[in-house]
Amino acid sequence: MKRFALAFLFFLALAGAWQLMVQTGRWSPVLLPSPTDVAAYLWSAAQDGTLFAAIGVTLRRLLVGYAIGLAIGLPLGLLSSSVRFVEDTVGVLALGLQTLPSVCWVPLALIWFGQTEGAMLFVVIMGTVWSVMIATDTGARTIPRVYARAARTMGSEGFHKWTRVILPAALPHLITGMKQGWAFAWRSLMAAEIYVTVLSGFGLGHLLHYGRELNAMDQVIAVMLVIVAIGLLADKALFGPWEHFLHRRWGINAREA
Amino acid sequence: MLDSIGSQGLPQPRPPKLIVDGVSKWFRTPRASVHALDDINLAVGDGEFICLVGPSGCGKSTLLDIIAGLTRADAGRVTADGQLVEGPGRHRLVMFQESALFPWLTAFGNVMFGLKLVPGLSRAERQATALRYLRMVGLERFAHANIHELSGGMRQRVAFARSLAPDPHVLLMDEPLSALDALTREQLYADIQRIQQDRRKTIVLVTHNVREAVCLGDRVILLSPGPGRIRESFPIHLPRPRDVNSIQLAEYTERITSALKGYIVPETV
Repeated sequence: MKRFALAFLFFLALAGAWQLMVQTGRWSPVLLPSPTDVAAYLWSAAQDGTLFAAIGVTLRRLLVGYAIGLAIGLPLGLLSSSVRFVEDTVGVLALGLQTLPSVCWVPLALIWFGQTEGAMLFVVIMGTVWSVMIATDTGARTIPRVYARAARTMGSEGFHKWTRVILPAALPHLITGMKQGWAFAWRSLMAAEIYVTVLSGFGLGHLLHYGRELNAMDQVIAVMLVIVAIGLLADKALFGPWEHFLHRRWGINAREA
Repeated sequence: MLDSIGSQGLPQPRPPKLIVDGVSKWFRTPRASVHALDDINLAVGDGEFICLVGPSGCGKSTLLDIIAGLTRADAGRVTADGQLVEGPGRHRLVMFQESALFPWLTAFGNVMFGLKLVPGLSRAERQATALRYLRMVGLERFAHANIHELSGGMRQRVAFARSLAPDPHVLLMDEPLSALDALTREQLYADIQRIQQDRRKTIVLVTHNVREAVCLGDRVILLSPGPGRIRESFPIHLPRPRDVNSIQLAEYTERITSALKGYIVPETV
């Protein structure tokens, strides 16, 4: 409770300092809107529904793309950790593509898919797959061999061994990879939404983009705040329970790892 | 005990539980070939506790791996209960040196892991069995503890329970106590002996600790390195339970240790 109060005071002080800077009048309100302007924009956007509609569109894209990315990345990572051929081919490809900033996929996605949902999903998936795959690969490789040996002498082979031993043993790495994949997916989606106007849905990135077009700085800052808040909440909601589990079972503090 | 199946109507001697027949093993790397085991022959009776001792590099752990089916022999074969060993399986469980417990499961979950792979048991039977074995090693109260919360000695107790619970025909132990402190180890000597008196398992234990071997084994087999060979076999005629600090035990240890020293070739430059 004390920590919460401290954090609350910190952000209150931050907003206070901001308000004071605005009140000195040194900067034009067009460049630096006051916190109350930003709050007013958020209120009105929430009232007329644009904000929640945009959040809905963005989250749907993000979750669908991320889920597909995981569904491809996890098995690929397991494969490349155990099959030399996959390691030498797809593994190398993944290493290369992981270094490619996901915004770089946007032009390609536009030409291939046009201004559609497909382009959005493609960019998110490309942002997710490779980092998830590499983390899974690393995770599966660093499992102490004795786990698999012990499991085999107890009669666990094949599918049973993979699902009951290798996957859970790799869990700490998987979570790290999934978190990283999530961060990449989130970044690539924002990049894609800012670059590309899609008629099928108006997301947070678009809202941000039009804020700039209209020189509405209050909108720009408000949407940025919303994006940060969603990132924080998703981290807590999606990964909090897993990290709690890791901490309890393994004794690992995932935040320090 | 007169199960007179023999054609002459005479009681047949019980066949050995485990036979290692002419096993040899080489480890080949692109540069060299290391002869790890040379013509190992060994017969282990039903309910017998044998200990393999030898200096590091004598191939004792490799031999255990071959018996377990985790490593293939280059020559010779292993039979357990008259069946050729071709791969690992739950009838020959291995208890490892340390941290082979699964950290994503509780102590109870670890014991259940092997039990779930035993066919023909109901859920309730498995759970009752798991608890019974945890009680046997004195850890019933810690059934739902996480592995990282247990001390080294407690972990090896859980590992012992996990290896015994599926009732394997043969239990293989690969230096199971060498990572523990002396006091904890002595306590486990007592526990293992007590449980062995009860359960009469066929056990093969690998160790570099001669005292441990004398304390636990019905027979101590001495291996020498380069290549790994069986040199001598010492039957231990001491009443159980044995105290690892007793004088008689020390005498055996003394004899085996001096024999062991004779087989260690001083390193030549």
